[in-house]
Amino acid sequence: MKNETKFSVKDLNLYYGNFQALKNINMELYKGQITAFIGPSGCGKSTFLKTINRMNDLVEGVKISGNITMDGVDIYQDMDAITLRTRVGMVFQQPNPFPMSIYDNVAYGPRIHGIHKKSVLDEIVEKSLKQAAIWDEVKDKLKKSALAVSGGQQQRICIARTLAIEPEVILMDEPTSALDPISTLKIEDLATELKKDYTIIIVTHNMQQAGRISDKTAFFLTGEVIEYDDTEQIFNFPKNKKTEDYITGRFG
Amino acid sequence: MKHVGKNEMVAKQQKDYKEKVFHFIFLFSALISVLSVIAIIAFVFSKGLKPFFGENSYSFLDFITGLKWDPGTESYGIFYMIVGSVLATLGAIALGVPIGLLTAVFIAEIAPKKIVAIIRPAIELLAGIPSVIYGAFGLGVIVQLIKKVSPTGQGESLLAVICVLTIMILPTIITLSESSLRAVPKSYREASYGLGASKIQTIFKTVVPAARSGILSATVLGIGRAMGETMAVMMIAGNNIGGLPKSIWSKIRPLTSNISMEMSYASGRHQDMLFATGVVLFLFILVINMVLIKITSKMGNANSKK
Repeated sequence: MKNETKFSVKDLNLYYGNFQALKNINMELYKGQITAFIGPSGCGKSTFLKTINRMNDLVEGVKISGNITMDGVDIYQDMDAITLRTRVGMVFQQPNPFPMSIYDNVAYGPRIHGIHKKSVLDEIVEKSLKQAAIWDEVKDKLKKSALAVSGGQQQRICIARTLAIEPEVILMDEPTSALDPISTLKIEDLATELKKDYTIIIVTHNMQQAGRISDKTAFFLTGEVIEYDDTEQIFNFPKNKKTEDYITGRFG
Repeated sequence: MKHVGKNEMVAKQQKDYKEKVFHFIFLFSALISVLSVIAIIAFVFSKGLKPFFGENSYSFLDFITGLKWDPGTESYGIFYMIVGSVLATLGAIALGVPIGLLTAVFIAEIAPKKIVAIIRPAIELLAGIPSVIYGAFGLGVIVQLIKKVSPTGQGESLLAVICVLTIMILPTIITLSESSLRAVPKSYREASYGLGASKIQTIFKTVVPAARSGILSATVLGIGRAMGETMAVMMIAGNNIGGLPKSIWSKIRPLTSNISMEMSYASGRHQDMLFATGVVLFLFILVINMVLIKITSKMGNANSKK
């Protein structure tokens, strides 16, 4: 697989007040692949994920140094957060559909970006729900509340909502941790399918999940990247002792 | 517990006894409110419905559609008061809800903590000011200002009532809307920002719609407050003896001031007619409360679905 850089991270440090949550991260993230971030709770993997679409900007008292470029453009210096977030979509840990109909959830993004024509919205909604492999389950209840369906379906609706803004990258923050095994498998299949068109970065607690779906894996510990390599390499021949300990379940 | 010893039995009986006593105290406390409301309804309705029944009864239709109130000539028409009360309430809601909601959004979503620390106590103070002070302020300031611009040359008017009621309902609208805005889960905001929405878009497309039941109940409570306000409006309404209000400069006679102005000296049929006015007012408040209960129970359902 050829590695075409999408994001390039240089000397990234992040502080919550006086607490340093990320330490000197240097990393290339590649286009059209699934990159997984693994590591124990509090290791900084979610924090790092949120620096990629600047969701940390919303948290009070966050300080960031270093830089991240997307296709060569610095996302902190030369791009505003709103443009960035329309290009880098995000799926959250807890399914968080808005308390509106399924249709309005998916149409939310296009609408705030100025698309109001019904026929265009209809098309986007259908296409996005199909891409998220949920169309057949919800096509007859698009006007029903998105809160009335199961958690797994809600999460796929959230993925459809993200796809509707046609991002280039999808960030997934432990997208299956609140779901049952069957829904989890569906989301994993979906991610594998989506990587044809999108760059996907996924944070997961679940090592089997990282092994199943990702091309590259980064292991985080106490705010540092301990090891970053092809997933096969990391899982079969970890170079670092700490990585090996974590993967074999000796801690974490 | 394997064996229940004698001492433990006694202790248990004592505990049961205590439980029963407290149970009774709770029940008694709860009954005070219920009994009071029943007593008030019974009293007001029995007095207020009396003139419309029996010999020499007054036509209820004349009462409810009449445009003149003159106890001296046995004219007891309250339609123009109902219209006055409803217009004043609608006016106050039309001004107070947008102002209150925007204030609530500002406090809950936008304002820095330092500014909130100034605004919030001001609102709490506003809520605590006795209504007679609002009336005095209305008479001394608002009525005087209106007098200068009114084509009728008089300051006591529908407009004056609307202005004062708007200020009076603001604390209710702001406080309740603010708490419902704050109750909107953070995850909705994150989802909206994550889709590339700006702060203002997130507030108006996600946060406010998600808080709409709370904002709606705030509005309904505001309606109830405006409708039932007595002292302040009595001082500034003009309290004409008849005729529908033709414009915002017209005097009005709200249902509440009709009762409070004359109750102290009225007797016989005149007094019963004041109670009848109270019955009408009561029905309005009852409907408002039923709407409120409906909204809040709907809100409960929406939350439990989550």
